[in-house]
Amino acid sequence: MKNYVIIGGSVASVGCIEGIRSADKEGKIIMLCKEKVPAYCRPLISYYLQKKTDFQKMKYRSDKFYQENNVELIYEECKKIDTSNKSVYTEKGIYPYDKLCIATGSSPFVPHFKGIEKIKNKFCFMTQDDALSLEKTIDKNSDVLIIGAGLIGLKCAEGLTGRVKSITICDLSTRILSSILDEESAKLMQKNLEKNGIKFLLGDSVSEFNNDSATMLSGKQIRFDILVTAVGVKPNIDIASDASIETEKGIIVDNNMLTSVPDIYSAGDCAQGYNMSSDTKSIIAIWPNAYMQGYCAGVNMAGQIKEFDNAIPMNAIGFFGLHALTAGIYKGKVYKEKSENAIKKLFFEDGKLVGYILIGNIENAGIYTSVIREKIPLSSLNSNILKKQPSLAVFNEKNRRKKLGGVV
Amino acid sequence: MKRIYVNEEWCLGCHLCEYNCAYANSGIKDMVKALKGAEINPKIHIEESGKITYAVSCRHCEDPICVKSCISGALSKKDGIVCIDKNKCIGCFTCILVCPYGAIRPSDEHAVQKCELCINNSVEMPACVKGCPNKAIVYEER
Amino acid sequence: MGVEFIYPEFEVIRNTNRCITCRVCERQCANEVHIYDDENKVMLADESKCVNCQRCVSLCPTRALKIVKSDCRLRENANWTDGTIKEIYKQANSGGVLLSSMGNPNSFPVYWDKILINASQVTNPSIDPLREPMETKVFLGKKPSFIERDKKGNLKNNLTPQIELSMPVMFSAMSYGSISYNAHKSLAMAAENLGICYNTGEGGLHEDFYVYGKNTIVQVASGRFGVHEKYLNAGCAIEIKMGQGAKPGIGGHLPGTKIVGDVSRTRMIPEGTDAISPAPHHDIYSIEDLRQLVYSLKEATNYKKPIIVKVAAVHNIAAIASGIARSGADIIAIDGFRGGTGAAPTRIRDNVGIPIELALAACDKRLRDEGIRNNVSLVIGGSIRSSSDVVKAVALGADACYVATAALLALGCHLCRTCQTGKCNWGIATQNPELVKRLNPEIGSKRLINLMTAWKHEIKELMGGMGINSIETLRGNRLMLRGIGINEKELEILGISHAGE
Repeated sequence: MKNYVIIGGSVASVGCIEGIRSADKEGKIIMLCKEKVPAYCRPLISYYLQKKTDFQKMKYRSDKFYQENNVELIYEECKKIDTSNKSVYTEKGIYPYDKLCIATGSSPFVPHFKGIEKIKNKFCFMTQDDALSLEKTIDKNSDVLIIGAGLIGLKCAEGLTGRVKSITICDLSTRILSSILDEESAKLMQKNLEKNGIKFLLGDSVSEFNNDSATMLSGKQIRFDILVTAVGVKPNIDIASDASIETEKGIIVDNNMLTSVPDIYSAGDCAQGYNMSSDTKSIIAIWPNAYMQGYCAGVNMAGQIKEFDNAIPMNAIGFFGLHALTAGIYKGKVYKEKSENAIKKLFFEDGKLVGYILIGNIENAGIYTSVIREKIPLSSLNSNILKKQPSLAVFNEKNRRKKLGGVV
Repeated sequence: MKRIYVNEEWCLGCHLCEYNCAYANSGIKDMVKALKGAEINPKIHIEESGKITYAVSCRHCEDPICVKSCISGALSKKDGIVCIDKNKCIGCFTCILVCPYGAIRPSDEHAVQKCELCINNSVEMPACVKGCPNKAIVYEER
Repeated sequence: MGVEFIYPEFEVIRNTNRCITCRVCERQCANEVHIYDDENKVMLADESKCVNCQRCVSLCPTRALKIVKSDCRLRENANWTDGTIKEIYKQANSGGVLLSSMGNPNSFPVYWDKILINASQVTNPSIDPLREPMETKVFLGKKPSFIERDKKGNLKNNLTPQIELSMPVMFSAMSYGSISYNAHKSLAMAAENLGICYNTGEGGLHEDFYVYGKNTIVQVASGRFGVHEKYLNAGCAIEIKMGQGAKPGIGGHLPGTKIVGDVSRTRMIPEGTDAISPAPHHDIYSIEDLRQLVYSLKEATNYKKPIIVKVAAVHNIAAIASGIARSGADIIAIDGFRGGTGAAPTRIRDNVGIPIELALAACDKRLRDEGIRNNVSLVIGGSIRSSSDVVKAVALGADACYVATAALLALGCHLCRTCQTGKCNWGIATQNPELVKRLNPEIGSKRLINLMTAWKHEIKELMGGMGINSIETLRGNRLMLRGIGINEKELEILGISHAGE
């Protein structure tokens, strides 16, 4: 009977458990979890602020999940991996492993701003605890400053809308969601956010904090009661690099999620694996990717062979009812349709669809995603339909029949 | 396991499946009462391309990427059926982003919706299958 | 408008309280009767285009629709009926020959409905078909009149080729072209499953259907469409079509617009050309000529296939049958004046030919009288509507019956009688791919099988009631029949006594 140890307790770890159990019902699984709660849906904390969900509903799996999968859930933080003894150490115990999965995720990155130490009400926006403490602090009269117009910052803003007096978001970048959207699409999303009362200071950041205000690089003064930093995240890879596991930005893994050290796998936001879109190894810090990496790692840990070789960056983001779905990379020839409240951009390169941005009409977007992930050449597709409206009509009759008439 | 299969050779594009789906999922006993004057939002939809028509609904994949991608834990697979827990779903549309069939659509209530093979409806087989006049949609083991 | 106006024959009654504007009616009507009014979100109808095929009625999920005969009537009388007057108007409008489809609709006597069947009481026991074996199998073809033995005294097989049927029913000739690929496929699949035969009609045999060969009768008609050596050998029998009950004395005309793709290839004529079947076979002007064709076909098929000669029931049919029986044909098929058609001039359909009941009785009697009844089998058609019609036909002397209209009804036909338009909403009498696909042969064949299985059960029940356990015993057994409400002459021709006698 194998000993499996999983470091981390979020989605990649759950994926890993389900991956292991798909192949090995017997082995012992220990899960070391720093946060004192079972896996929950972190991206939902903004919806928690909006009161669209609660902590019970936010549980990623049912309460019986760990028991049913025979997982020993230990709320201890892993401090060290000893690869020669094949054991991991927490402050309280030593856990030997046959197969190990590092799914430590990432932590908020808070750059140093002059005077930030004087700010009392400053928060990150990553965990349930963050959301809870933020919620406790805000009131109807709060002015909130958010540094960072990425997904986390914007989601936080959406969550706070209606519960505070004002929200201002600043970002050094000249556009919001700079890692997900292009200029034009970002503008459209920004317009919608502004319509809902959120103020932006783009191409600008804090140069210095005073007690209740920030002096911006532009010289502007912003008064605020509450500060949220959402500049970015950094992968938690120290325990891996300390154990001489190869790391760059993240822990380097192959397509089986195996690290440079035998029997040690990694998955999730801490793992740097193959990105099909860029043809490099990179961190794709998105929820689905974390699950699929975790699942793949689990299957391989349990002795079966599984590859995950078609990861691509993709995002489903929405604010105040306007949704943007994106995938792949934005290069090559562009096909564009634009109206007041919608954008469609398709990116073609080497006779293939390589990326897209859809805002507004997002119906059937997954067909685009699958065309990208499966690298289907345009020559075998009806590209007119592909451009107009994604549907199974883009495939030829034979393929469509297979899709609708077979087991998939 | 029994699944819904669609044969476009026999699809007439009559859209009855959509209406039968909307009716079955309305929970209302009378079809007229359920659908009169309503804009339907069914869990199966007809796609048309020139003269070709066919119905698309959830394929209940062996390895459902929507379940794997769901960021709220609302999608799960139970007894082979990909189910959605409307209470958990917050309508982020990640499943729409990944479903290779376009089988998941926004619902009228902040969540997404998808075919669940009528397991929660009081019909003995999926309503779309039962009502298809030309056996273009069948429910069988393959 | 004005003098040319003819008020629509039907009215579309839509219960707007029930209509959910799903637009199924609109999508399913090839005649474009139903229209969706986007502005007012209601369905409208142009009933002038309605042929009352009931497709919309059948598919409406809320039963919001019905089609009724318009009560806007002309001032008719017993002589000048509404229909008669309107036909005059139509011809005055168009200057053309009136065309109709399916069988004679007029109120000529239906003798099947004037004949009653016997049942056993007391002196001879009836048979329960659920408990005792009951044979409905028949063999069609010439029966040997004497036993032959070889020098060693062993029986010599002198039986000529036969068609074996599990029950005395076959699907009669409907050509690929007049009906759709899917309709043909449904018939072929059902015939195979039932152990009976279907008939290609004069349209050739689509290459996909050669696999149903042992249940196929291939037809050779005056246009000789689709006839080649492989075709002749493909089926279990060959039928020479001399005439058709719905339109005796005239040929056929499939317009070039229907001669497309596979239909053109199967008929072996260029796309777009009119397929004109001449009124006569231009090489047949006598029984001797017919004999030549019969034997040509036998030669071509190495004497392995029985030859059927099909004629319309007309005056002197008994003499005609006698001639055919002497021509070398193995089977005579007689088609009564109520038989269906994909298109016929209305006047011909409604006024030419005679009822099949009389023709059958006359032919059977004549062939018996001449001692040649066993030279041929008799197959009759022309509106066999039920199993009791079959039983009555067999008792009147038929070896088997051809059914077509009943089969089409099973496939979904609602007898709107507008086959000639090619816009059959049920996917039967059309070549439009959008309409053809409405008939899924999986459903069609199942319904045909259901129908024939039901008939077979009923035939057995009726036979059992008469104390007969083999259909062969019933053939020509006119004592099992009695007439009701018909005159002496009719009883004489039918060869039956009146009820009570």
